[in-house]
Amino acid sequence: MTTVKPLILAAAFSLAASAAQAQVELQWWHAMTGANNDVIVKLAEDFNASQKDYKVVPSYKGSYADTLNAGIAAYRAGNAPHIMQVFEVGTATMMAAKGAIMPVQTMMKDAGETFDPKAYLPAITGYYSTVKGEMLSFPFNSSSMVMWVNRDALRKAGLNPDQPPKTWPEVFEAAKTLKAAGFATCGVSTAWTTWANIEQLGAWHNVPLATRANGMDGFDTVLQINAPLYVKHLETLVALQKDKTFDYSGRTNTGEGRFTSGECPLFLTSSAFYGNVKANAKFDYSNAPMPYYPDVPGAPQNSIIGGASLWVMGGKPAAEYKGVAKFFTFLSDTDRQAKLHTESGYLPITKAAYEKVKASGFYDKNPLLETALKELTNKEPTENSRGLRFGGMVQMRDVWSEEIEAALAGKKSAKEALDAAVARGNEMLRKFEQTATR
Amino acid sequence: MEKRAIFQGRLLPFALVAPQLVVTLVFFYWPASQAVWQSFLQEDAFGLSSEFVGFANYRDLFAKADYYRTIGTTAFFSALVTALSLSIALFLAVQADRQLKGATAYRTLLIWPYAVAPAVAGVLWFFMFQPSLGLVSQGLRGLGFTWNPLLDSTDAMALVVMAATWKQVSYNFLFFLAGLQAIPKSVIEAAAIDGARPVRRFWTIVFPLLSPTTFYLFVVNVVYVFFDTFGIIDATTAGGPAKATETLVYKVYSDGRVGGDLGGSAAQSVILMVIVIALTAVQFRFIERKVQY
Repeated sequence: MTTVKPLILAAAFSLAASAAQAQVELQWWHAMTGANNDVIVKLAEDFNASQKDYKVVPSYKGSYADTLNAGIAAYRAGNAPHIMQVFEVGTATMMAAKGAIMPVQTMMKDAGETFDPKAYLPAITGYYSTVKGEMLSFPFNSSSMVMWVNRDALRKAGLNPDQPPKTWPEVFEAAKTLKAAGFATCGVSTAWTTWANIEQLGAWHNVPLATRANGMDGFDTVLQINAPLYVKHLETLVALQKDKTFDYSGRTNTGEGRFTSGECPLFLTSSAFYGNVKANAKFDYSNAPMPYYPDVPGAPQNSIIGGASLWVMGGKPAAEYKGVAKFFTFLSDTDRQAKLHTESGYLPITKAAYEKVKASGFYDKNPLLETALKELTNKEPTENSRGLRFGGMVQMRDVWSEEIEAALAGKKSAKEALDAAVARGNEMLRKFEQTATR
Repeated sequence: MEKRAIFQGRLLPFALVAPQLVVTLVFFYWPASQAVWQSFLQEDAFGLSSEFVGFANYRDLFAKADYYRTIGTTAFFSALVTALSLSIALFLAVQADRQLKGATAYRTLLIWPYAVAPAVAGVLWFFMFQPSLGLVSQGLRGLGFTWNPLLDSTDAMALVVMAATWKQVSYNFLFFLAGLQAIPKSVIEAAAIDGARPVRRFWTIVFPLLSPTTFYLFVVNVVYVFFDTFGIIDATTAGGPAKATETLVYKVYSDGRVGGDLGGSAAQSVILMVIVIALTAVQFRFIERKVQY
């Protein structure tokens, strides 16, 4: 008996193997954990069940930065995955790697899939497209920044929770009132400090971050984040940091717990924070659009996205690209997008899916999930609000954060800090330009 | 008397050493030479284009005030961690070396932290000292201290020093304890009979006899602080605020892996390698002379 078993097993394996050989395997590297990982696995399973020719194989590769580095290393070693999930700030790095990537729009056309770039929400695809509007990567999980509001806290401070503060001056006033009402250590705060106080601030006020349409038009871009709007905003934050009306919460989202614990009643962070708030906040909450400065003409403009997109790696046979193209068509399906959006909280990427969810009355019951979409579609994106594209953006954010930290700690004035951020950032941009355009 | 194995042929001894040689070649000399070569190149992250730039990467580094500050931070950090972890470990080892009830339990407890991975230790300390929710921070605030390693560079430095020291104390403790137990009791008893008090006995007999252990630990600790504290820094402060806790090895990571500047990062690791080789050489050359074996 014992000798028979392995034989049967071996036979089963070889059968499975020959069945699999007929299929083209498509590797999909991603950085999603927990519930988001389940979404990815489910999508792959559904796609694999929907047809027989291709098999999408998702594998988790660690954090966004780890996934990007794993992909780069694999490319250098000659075995890159077909599809790689890259966070929004890695866009310039990927784009500059001509030859290492396959532009999504070209791939779809070559594979003969119907593909209309206009079907997608411009505020989302704009971030991942060239100046001419050619879509380079396929948006996957997108979010934007919103202000989370602790409604119980507002009530306690005698403020109207149904009318949360709309402008920055109103937010600062509310924060002072909240502080006096017992929220002594933090009236208002933000996660992702540069995303909130520089990147989104610029887009929301239609003020450029840099020349050449925030770097989207070319790598010879020069930073402008020491313009009056940015300096004024940081100066205000520095002044309010002294008595903790505003209190710094770090460079990434590790400070988000300050909202759910009830410490910070007003908190700017990603709309994707929703799941966490729903699970952990033991108070009445809601969210509101990001505040703006009313004295800036045209504000608010539109917000920019965060999240990640799917890049197709270069140098694969046409037959495999056909499979990837089919998979992307599968992902763009209106019903699937609508379902993905309502179940996972990711923003829908097609106009049709947004309209469909809107028509279904979903947002009447779940208004919190629409805030980010309203921000993104508030106005037609301009050169200053389509997105940003800087080489080495991950480290660039660290550099900007360092300067913001120096200003908040009182070591530099706001103007000095932002001047230094510009100088140091430009140096990085020039270095990137040198290696990218050669 | 010297023990020596006599081999008949030439082949066998070489075959026996070969695995060790291969490991050293593959895991040290090969990557090290790659780093040296890479430090002369300027390359994009994907390796699609690379250009030989000579010493340009090194020139860039030394032209920036940034780099000198990182060297300063590293020197300060390593001096503090080495001094603290050695002296605390020695103090604990001397205390544990007595006839105590349950001495084994104390010793085991003191050794435990060494089994904790640096990143885990970092996360542990990060949680305890997290400015708004951390247990220790809440206690400090209750006592009237303001504690904010997110913005205050002194607080951040204190945090990484504490975490790195805590992690290394156990290792040092283990070696000190073994060293103490190897000191013949008769010498100490003789001193006691001559009327030397415990403190005197420690400084004139125990400490000099312990010097080989101390010297070994000193070298190991310096290397530890230079390289192994990466996980702790990454998990607690990520080099912040405003680079206040960025050490040389952290900068290699943040420029190369986060920033994608492989050439500049390779140049830094070559410099780091030279510094550590030089430090170790100096330690063996000068300090070892004072060690009594």
